[in-house]
Amino acid sequence: MDPSLFKKISEYEWEIEKQGEMNVKAKIFASENLLLKMDEKVKEQLMNVASLPGIVEAAMAMSDAHWGYGFPIGGVAAFDGNEGGVLSVGGVGFDINCGVRTMSTNLSVDDIKGKEEIIADALFKNVPAGLGSTGKIKLNLYGIDEVLRGGAEWAVDKGYGIPEDLNFIEENGKMENADPSKVSDMAKKRQFKEVGTLGSGNHYLEVQVVDKIYDEKLAKKLGFFEGKVMVSFHTGSRALGHQIGMDYLKILAHASKKYGIKIRDRELVCAPISSKEGQDYFAAVNAGMNCAFANRQVIAHLVRESIESIIPHAEVKTFYEIGHNTCKVEKHVIDGKERSLYVHRKGATRAFGPKRKEIPKEYRDMGQPVLIGGSMGTYSYILLGTELGMKKAFGSACHGAGRSKSRRQAKREQRGEEVIRKLKERGIVVRYHSASGVAEEAPEAYKDVVEVVDSIANAGLAKKLVRLRPIINVKG
Amino acid sequence: MFETFEHKADIGVRGIGKTIEEAFEEAAKAMFSIMFDINCIEKKEKVTLKCNGDDLEMLLVEWLNTLLAEADLRGLAFSEFRAKIEQNSLKGEAYGEKLNVKKHKAKTEVKAATYSNLKVYEDNGRWIAECIVDV
Repeated sequence: MDPSLFKKISEYEWEIEKQGEMNVKAKIFASENLLLKMDEKVKEQLMNVASLPGIVEAAMAMSDAHWGYGFPIGGVAAFDGNEGGVLSVGGVGFDINCGVRTMSTNLSVDDIKGKEEIIADALFKNVPAGLGSTGKIKLNLYGIDEVLRGGAEWAVDKGYGIPEDLNFIEENGKMENADPSKVSDMAKKRQFKEVGTLGSGNHYLEVQVVDKIYDEKLAKKLGFFEGKVMVSFHTGSRALGHQIGMDYLKILAHASKKYGIKIRDRELVCAPISSKEGQDYFAAVNAGMNCAFANRQVIAHLVRESIESIIPHAEVKTFYEIGHNTCKVEKHVIDGKERSLYVHRKGATRAFGPKRKEIPKEYRDMGQPVLIGGSMGTYSYILLGTELGMKKAFGSACHGAGRSKSRRQAKREQRGEEVIRKLKERGIVVRYHSASGVAEEAPEAYKDVVEVVDSIANAGLAKKLVRLRPIINVKG
Repeated sequence: MFETFEHKADIGVRGIGKTIEEAFEEAAKAMFSIMFDINCIEKKEKVTLKCNGDDLEMLLVEWLNTLLAEADLRGLAFSEFRAKIEQNSLKGEAYGEKLNVKKHKAKTEVKAATYSNLKVYEDNGRWIAECIVDV
C-alpha cells in the first residue's frame, strides 16, 4: 500500500482518519516497508470494520496483517455492548482459539544432539496430524459437552497432563461462559475423534532452541539460557470450531438483516452483543475456545510423553499458551474510564501489560508472555506485553509472520521436497504428512518474521524477551 | 469445468457450467481438489443432503460447507456431485469412498467456505459459482 494514504503517527504507526461511514479511525502498526508490501484489502477491510456499530477507539491491524474474511487477519477490534456493539464471525475466524503452546525443558541442545531424528519420529508418530487424522480419545455427545465446559481442565482430569499446566494457559484453559447447548450436534459429532489432533495447513509442532536473549535479567529470572530446548505447537479447535463458524455464519447473516445492521461487506455479518443471536454466538465461541484448550492440553501430554520416553530425565513444563483467534470480554481504560469490552482478535495475540490479573502470578510483574510463531523453519519469538500496548492496542500484538504469497504461488515456485532439502541443510529435521502442504508453507511464502516482530516491539506494543530457532519441525 | 484461483492467504474455488446446478457441482469438485487428487477417489458410497440459503450466493456457501461437514463426519472423500436447486433450496448427492490418505494423495484440509469473493452469476450463457475457502 502507498504510505501516503495514511497519516504517519510514528515510524511504526499509521492511521486513517475517521471519514464517511466510519465510527472510529483505522490504525496499522507496521514499518513503512511492511506497509508498502501489505495488500490494499487490509485498508479497505479495516475501514469496513471501523464502520460497524459500537466499535471503540479504532479498528486496528498488526504488522503481520493480510486480507481476511471481513476483518483482516492480524486485526483487533473492541466493541461496547452498551453502545450497540456487535459480534462477528469474521472477527474470530473459523479456527476458534487457534493458538500456540510453548513448553520449556530442562535440556540444552547438547542433551539431544544425535537424538533429533528419533525425537522427530516419536513426535510424528504420537501426535496425530494431517488431513483426516483422528486421536485416541473417542467421545459421545455427553463426553463432548464435558470437553466444551471444562477445556484444558477436562483433559487434565482425564489424565492428559498435570494440574500445573493449567496455571500457564490463558484463562487457565477454561472459559466460564461456554454453553455447549449453543453448539450444533453436527459440530460436536465432527469432534468425537478429533480431540488431540494437530490438523494441517499452517499447524505445526516444533522443537526449538533459545537462540538469542534480548532481556538478560528477565530471561534469567524465567530460566532461559542460550541453547535451552523448548517445544512449541500451533493448532486450534479443529472440526468443532470450523463447524461453529459455518453454523453461525448463517445465523448472523440473518441477524444482520433482522437488526438492520448496516454492513459494507457480506463477510461482516454480525449480531448485536445484546441480542439473543449475539449471546448464543458468544457462548458457542467460548465452547469452541474450550475445545481448543482441551486439544492443546492433550497434545502437550503427548509431547511430554514422547520426549520423556527418549530422554528419561527430561522435564517438560508448560511455559505459556495463548490463542490468537478469539473474542473475549476484557476491562480496558478508555479516556480515564474503565469499560467492559468485547475484544475480537483475528490472527492477533493478546499482549497484556504488567499487573493485569489475567497474567499468571509468576509473570505478572513483567507482562504477559506473547508467543509469536514464525513460519516453517524460521525464528519464533517470546515477547512480553507492555503498559503502552494496553493504551495503544487493547493489549494486543501480532501472531506470526503473516503470508505474503498465495499458496498456489508458493507451490509454483518450489516443490515440497526442495523446501525440505533446504531446511535439512540448515540443520532442521522435518517430518510431514503432505509434501504439497510443505510447499504451501515454505518460509518464502511468509513475510519476514524479524521485521514483523521488530515493528511490534518498536511500536511499543510488546518487548522482545528471547528468540527461538527450530531444530525439529513436524508439519500437519 | 472447475478451477481454483489465487488469494493472498487462502484459495478460491470456481465452478463453471451450463446451468447453476452444474456450476455448483463443479465448485464442489474444485474444493475437494484442494484436499485430494480427486481422480484417485472411487465412487463407492453415496451421501444425500439438503441445504438452503436466502439467495444463490448463500446457498453456494451452505452447499460447500454441508459437503465438508458430511465428508469429515463420515470419514469420506468425495469426487462427484449432483445438485438440484429449487427456490434457493438444494437437494444434493455426493459420491466417494472412505478417506485413504495415501490413495487419495491427501493435501491440505479446507476449514470452511466463506462469504469472501462470493459470487454466483451468468456470463455469456455459462454459470459461474465461486468463493474463497479457508484452509
